[in-house]
Amino acid sequence: MRHLLPHPLLSVVVAFVWIGLANSLSAGNLLLGAGLGVLIPLYTRRYWPGRVTIKRPLRVLEYFAIVAWDILVSNVQVAGLILFRSGPKLRSVFVSVPLELRTPEAIAVLTGTITLTPGTVSADLSADGRAVLVHCLDAADPDAVVRTIKSRYERRLKDIFE
Amino acid sequence: MIETACMVAFAAISVAALLNLWRLAVGPDVVDRILALDTLVVNAIALVVVTGIWWATAVYFEAALLFAMVGFLSTVAFCKYLLRGNVIE
Amino acid sequence: MAHLSDIVVAGLILVGSFFLLVGSLGLATLPDLMRRLHAPTKATTLGIGALLIASTVHFTVATGTPSLHEVLITLFLFITAPVSAHMLAKAHILRHPDLQARLPVPDNSGWATVTPPPEDACEPR
Repeated sequence: MRHLLPHPLLSVVVAFVWIGLANSLSAGNLLLGAGLGVLIPLYTRRYWPGRVTIKRPLRVLEYFAIVAWDILVSNVQVAGLILFRSGPKLRSVFVSVPLELRTPEAIAVLTGTITLTPGTVSADLSADGRAVLVHCLDAADPDAVVRTIKSRYERRLKDIFE
Repeated sequence: MIETACMVAFAAISVAALLNLWRLAVGPDVVDRILALDTLVVNAIALVVVTGIWWATAVYFEAALLFAMVGFLSTVAFCKYLLRGNVIE
Repeated sequence: MAHLSDIVVAGLILVGSFFLLVGSLGLATLPDLMRRLHAPTKATTLGIGALLIASTVHFTVATGTPSLHEVLITLFLFITAPVSAHMLAKAHILRHPDLQARLPVPDNSGWATVTPPPEDACEPR
């Protein structure tokens, strides 16, 4: 099993992308998608020496739901800021968020989440990978932003990946 | 009803693209121009998608997907060039 | 039923184009690059997401078979938007020494754009 499917997640993604590109759920396409999902990870195995482990798959759904909701909220907030409070009145500030996550995949997901959620953009990672630089569009209390990122996203990602 | 919504969307996206072009023209920095190009690509994808709904055809989706990929790759290539002075090391 | 889906599709198209317009407006009016970065990454991404969901609903109802094309574009844009924003921010920081001096300093290290990596940096897997 390990030899046939070196990366089960990658296989699922490849099959899903094929079905989406063909835009059809016919039996032939499902079979072709499954075949590509097995063959492509086998051929590209040497480029993917590591393996992503997801400890708690159900938590992923919870995380997606929270992030999707936050994306909606953040867009309404940012739209309001752009339309009504634009200009020098915005209290923009850089903050440094110390990271407890160590796996590269978890840090990548966290920085992506920070960019998509309320009023924050991840701007840089520290050279040792233990802090992320975050730019806030309008933050009255920068420490609260750090606390929110750590308790709302980082804790959940730690559960999922580590 | 969908036709009306599409007309409104065409107008709004065209104005958005003009705003992007303005930012592309005035800059002031090269990073602003890359950001404007990136947003312009997303607006172009939106126009393609609304055109697909307007003409009730699915043939434009490959175009939208290719736009998305080329737009992302060109943004990253531009930034990589600014950061490292080289695109492929 | 078809009528209800028409309302949903029209509403999603209007919401999507509104957010695209707001994103571009933010790009044009906000005062400096780091702030301008917020508008396209958030508003524009949600705008295109709403348009693509509208397209999914429209074609699923019109043809009777689920339309999965748009999901791919939506996922691709939602994954790539933060990456390009991160790259743009890094390029901006590298090109502005005055901005580098104003950044908060992380513990025992510097920001990756302006500091060489340490000897014991974790290797990309």
